[in-house]
Amino acid sequence: MTALANGLQRIGAATLRWLGSLGHAATFFLDLLRFVPGALARPALVAAQLYAVGNRSLVIIMASGLAVGFVLALQMYYALVTYGAAESLGLIVNLALVRELGPVVTALLFAGRAGTSLTAEIGLMKAGEQLAAMEMMAVDPRARVLAPRLVAGIVAMPLLAALFSAVGIIGAWVVAVLLIGVDGGNFWSLMQSQVDVWRDVGNGLIKAFAFGIIATGVALYQGWEALATPEGVSRATTRTVVVASLGVLAMDFILTALMFTTP
Amino acid sequence: MTSPFIEFDHVSFGYDASRTILNDVSLRFARGQVTVIMGGSGSGKTTLLRLLGGLSSGYQGQIRVGGQVLDAADREQLYALRRRSGMLFQFGALFTDLDVFDNVAFPLREHSGLPESMIRDLVLMKLQAVGLRGAARLGISQLSGGMARRVALARAVALDPEIIMADEPFAGLDPISMGVTADLLRSLTHAIGATTLLVSHDVAKCFQIADYAYLLSSRGTVVAHGTPAQMQASTDPEVRQFILGEPDGPVRFHFPAPSVADDLGVAA
Repeated sequence: MTALANGLQRIGAATLRWLGSLGHAATFFLDLLRFVPGALARPALVAAQLYAVGNRSLVIIMASGLAVGFVLALQMYYALVTYGAAESLGLIVNLALVRELGPVVTALLFAGRAGTSLTAEIGLMKAGEQLAAMEMMAVDPRARVLAPRLVAGIVAMPLLAALFSAVGIIGAWVVAVLLIGVDGGNFWSLMQSQVDVWRDVGNGLIKAFAFGIIATGVALYQGWEALATPEGVSRATTRTVVVASLGVLAMDFILTALMFTTP
Repeated sequence: MTSPFIEFDHVSFGYDASRTILNDVSLRFARGQVTVIMGGSGSGKTTLLRLLGGLSSGYQGQIRVGGQVLDAADREQLYALRRRSGMLFQFGALFTDLDVFDNVAFPLREHSGLPESMIRDLVLMKLQAVGLRGAARLGISQLSGGMARRVALARAVALDPEIIMADEPFAGLDPISMGVTADLLRSLTHAIGATTLLVSHDVAKCFQIADYAYLLSSRGTVVAHGTPAQMQASTDPEVRQFILGEPDGPVRFHFPAPSVADDLGVAA
């Protein structure tokens, strides 16, 4: 009985701790939103961060998109050809990419590439007293450092996801049409007639937007709360990848359920 | 001492409940004077600056600036005070994503509203004062430790602040840079009537430029205060030991610990 009570007590304490940190993170994020209008009023700061988190992620995003397109085309072709439906390849690859793989894989890569970079940068600024120095100059680091990065991350994610999907479709076309010999007309025309701009592409971009908020928000929070030591920054960077990835996957399930449950 | 601009009135503070850093200290800092705060490592010198800058809070007692009680929870008041202050951090705290010029220009761009051409001239003048005009376009990683501290000083005084807080401004500087830095702090303080709080271990250099000095003990109390001449003439054994750098005296060098014999297992 005592062991059961102890177990329950531990679970309860862990749950309370988790809820406490979730509340803390939510408060941090809501507070940060206050500084977004100020960041938008200084487009040069946002543009610099857009370059850092967006442009510098382009290579990995496009290379991954191309690879996913190649593999998807191969896998789908061998599955579809059994049923004589190989001409649907373009449509299926497109739907898989714009609805699901584009936003999700981009978000996971974004968390690993740009998210970790944001966390490490802010954690090291904290460790080097740069944030405290900014405070001492009557400049709020949330306004000057965090808000422009949040805006840049949220803007960059849908753009990167769109590029991922576009490059993935080109990759699938290369494999399906040029290498395997699927009819190019069928590949494009079914895609054109069956893919809905708002329902499929639009919802995919909405997902990417939501994932951008999660990945960037988590990265900034972890950097801001990092212990100001090399070990603390290292742990915060790891937490960024884990928490942002799980958050993206959970949000993907919720959004998919909301967006695509009706035929 | 002339009438104080900054007052610490019976201030006590600890970062956690187990250890008190400042223990009921009262200090006064006058306008147009360089006041040096000396003391061993861990005596709370940097903490005093952090409390004044609002970077740490939760102290007992009162801190008054220009007769107004400082309230760390009042961000508007705190930011108004910070706009009138310049702080040189112990390790410089330069922005590593900006070069030397942009570091010094940072407070000017954020607060002055001046055109870029005027900011350029002001930055070059500040860099000239610390001997680094030629290094304006160097990255922070290209600077030596001493150069970085001089850039940090130029940034701290970029807006000609009313309050200058300098945490170990002489650490890591060669004798020439140290002399120039000391002269700069002193002349700026007297020229613009700033209230300068200078935390340092360098007794000789401090007494050379200070108008007033405080010595803090490892217990977080004020041991002695007065003009440099009064401090040097002090017969207090703790003051004598600190000024002369003697290993034996009332100030312990070793952190409290069991005896060496007990720790090494050689006790009889």
